[in-house]
Amino acid sequence: MDVVFWSRIQFAMTAAYHWLFVPLTLGLALVMAVMETLYVVKKDEFWKKTAQFWMKLFAVNFAVGIATGIILEFEFGTNWSNYSWMVGDMFGAPLAIEGILAFFMEATFFAVMFFGWNKVSKKFHLASTWLTGIGATVSAYWILVANGWMQNPVGTTFNPDTVRSEMASAAAFWEVISNPVAVSKFCHSVTSGWVTGGIFVVGVSAWYLLRKRHAVFAKKSMLVGAIVGLVGSGAVMLSGDSSGIHAAEFQPMKLAAAEGLQDGGRGAAFTIVPGIKIPKMLSILATHDINGYVPGINDILNGYTDNEGNEIPSVAEKMSMGREALAALAWYRGTDDPSDKAEARYALEENVQYMGYGHLEKPEDVVPPVGVVFWAFRFMIGFGMLIALVLLLALIGVWKDKLDKWQWLLWAAIICIPLAYITGQCGWIVAEVGRQPWTIQGLLPVNVAISSLSAGAVQTTFFVFLAVFALFLAIEIRIMISAIRKGPEVEPEID
Amino acid sequence: MSYTFLQNYWWFLIALLGGLLVFLMFVQGANLHLGNRALNDAQKRMVLNSTGRKWELTFTTLVTFGGAFFASFPLFYSTSFGGAYWVWVLLLISFVFQAVAYEFHNKKENLLGVKGFRIALMVNGLLAPFLVGTAVGTFFTGSDFTVNKVAITDPSAPVISTWGNGWHGLEALGQYHAVLLGCTLMFLAAILGSLYILNNVEDDHVKAQMRRSIKVSTLPFLCFFLVWAVLLMLVRGYAVAEDGTVSLEPFKYWHNLLQMPAVLVMLLAGVVLVLIGLWKGGFTESRKGIWFAGPGTVLVVMSVFFLAGYNNTAYYPSSTDLQSSLTLANSSSSYFTLKVMSWVSLLIPFVVAYIAYAWHAMDRKKIDAEEIGQGKDLY
Repeated sequence: MDVVFWSRIQFAMTAAYHWLFVPLTLGLALVMAVMETLYVVKKDEFWKKTAQFWMKLFAVNFAVGIATGIILEFEFGTNWSNYSWMVGDMFGAPLAIEGILAFFMEATFFAVMFFGWNKVSKKFHLASTWLTGIGATVSAYWILVANGWMQNPVGTTFNPDTVRSEMASAAAFWEVISNPVAVSKFCHSVTSGWVTGGIFVVGVSAWYLLRKRHAVFAKKSMLVGAIVGLVGSGAVMLSGDSSGIHAAEFQPMKLAAAEGLQDGGRGAAFTIVPGIKIPKMLSILATHDINGYVPGINDILNGYTDNEGNEIPSVAEKMSMGREALAALAWYRGTDDPSDKAEARYALEENVQYMGYGHLEKPEDVVPPVGVVFWAFRFMIGFGMLIALVLLLALIGVWKDKLDKWQWLLWAAIICIPLAYITGQCGWIVAEVGRQPWTIQGLLPVNVAISSLSAGAVQTTFFVFLAVFALFLAIEIRIMISAIRKGPEVEPEID
Repeated sequence: MSYTFLQNYWWFLIALLGGLLVFLMFVQGANLHLGNRALNDAQKRMVLNSTGRKWELTFTTLVTFGGAFFASFPLFYSTSFGGAYWVWVLLLISFVFQAVAYEFHNKKENLLGVKGFRIALMVNGLLAPFLVGTAVGTFFTGSDFTVNKVAITDPSAPVISTWGNGWHGLEALGQYHAVLLGCTLMFLAAILGSLYILNNVEDDHVKAQMRRSIKVSTLPFLCFFLVWAVLLMLVRGYAVAEDGTVSLEPFKYWHNLLQMPAVLVMLLAGVVLVLIGLWKGGFTESRKGIWFAGPGTVLVVMSVFFLAGYNNTAYYPSSTDLQSSLTLANSSSSYFTLKVMSWVSLLIPFVVAYIAYAWHAMDRKKIDAEEIGQGKDLY
């Protein structure tokens, strides 16, 4: 196993681990803010105590999220040196803006939220709680602008003098920040965080009800959690639909892998599980047209005609053009003769859009691990729908005061907590494993994006991080469970 | 706005963020007192809760410093981070433990015990300023790397920036000039930490201990800084000609200082402010030393960055291949990226203003034994 493998596995582990903590941060932030708003508006001490309880759990989770976020930032440089240079001009800007606009907001107001109960006014404290959540959400936007650009690299042009992709114009920045892939990713990821936060609150509250503790606290928390979670579920479905459309348009191989679609066509069927299909459904989901053309893996490998009538070359042809682009770049960089330089530049510009393909060894390299992506997609949708159903039933149960009789629902809500994490991880796998082998879709494959390190060095840090992550996860879970067991400090007379 | 102006402006912002980061490392310095045997546990908790309300600012400044470097000078990010791998990984791990230590350390479920996480905070307190200082020290000594952009066309070895040795950054520990700066920062952080606690905690014994600590750290700090600064004026520096060619120039940084009088004034003003802070904290009854030493630190660090990057100087020199050295011109982002980010940077004063407001609101009442005794929402 080479340095590419270890760099990939290390980054994948860090990103997946980071994504364990972010959704709960986003979701709980909203839940707490709603609860504290109720406290300030209703002047009801109960909601203060309730918000404070969830804040305690939020704080533990938030710390690990922050700790793992910085590792990702550093790893862009430490393990993906070529990537940092070749696309830093595009990718770095959102990251820096995230720091300026979002991180300071989160950091500053988290401290006020956590320590400021007796130090600042009620309204200042409430504003701080909202601003902590808004900071986390703004942060998500900018990092997903960066990630969205990796999936659909808009607004960029390759400069042979600097050997990198550069921002084509100041106006191109608008293209980057309004990239449709980034926008739908942002909506999908943030609202999936609301679902995670919602089901977490519902599940923990269900545990109190099963133990016959803090019934009023649990039911009221459950109400807020279920509403936040359901709003999130609805938004996740809507943004998931647009994610499908974008995958079909910009990353057809990802869609083909997620569907396990070897051979595509018009009026393509959607596979629920192998052997069970809904006719025409894939075309409807991917193109919003019952007879829309959806290419399969073989079509993409061999070339096809898309819905707009464009002839898409085969991967072998793209690789050939990519190699010509690389040869032209080497020629351009190696000559000082102006006419040779002009000729080399012309040859480069003819084929530059496929330059990334020039680094591939064989056409099949563009196919991601189909089985992993296919099943991750199904688990994501299946568990996501199950969680939405449990949230809906929890809302009905609280509304109609049926929870004491619906013990099965309480157990289901608890089980849904780990399922929410599995769902989130599956979503990450679909998005990130599904775009392999590209770090930047079509421009830069993973084997070229690396740093010049030995496999042993990265292997060492991989195991160090693995040990650190395992330790932190074990501690976080233990602290969370202990805090939940201890319960909220709600006065007995109002509970 | 010309491209050169934007490159210089972003170097100014990098210098500013670097200055703020070093100032905010008072968190790391203060946490060294967790091992101070003259403080009892309640007093150590005062220290911990005092830095506990600020550590995220230091951490965020580090993240933003890294992000801004990535965005404005990506060739530095790809060359230094990908090359000096072990230095950055060590720094990273120390900060990762620091980030969770506040939340975890006094929970009985934390597996490593209170002591374990306090040790992690102290290790971060020593390592972080030392490694940052040593890394910045290599801006003047040079590092063992080459940059070859045509490499991207070679499938067998496509990496543009390659490090020349297997130590991947740890070799800087053998460069005494870089290490001197690391030691300087380590003692500076300790002093700033004590000055901050002196200002932020209301406890006579703690205050006396802080003054004592400032006195103890002053001499080594001044010695390391002076030796480093004098040597800097004497060494050969990395000059950049108009066509971008890099060459070694005797007394380059001394020349930079003379040719940029504003930087000279800034450096001297910073040094004087740090000295006033030291005097007030260590040798008078005043608690306001941090308000002098803090801004003084920012000015000094900014001056150091200006000496490294302005006045046609290669700020990240290659000692292996002079022409691979990084300059503001050859390592920056494109014109449009710098321009867009410059517009966004106009929001920085607004960010600073709300941080100052929140900070002021939270620090109106000093941390004291009574607050620690209440035990609620505390680390």
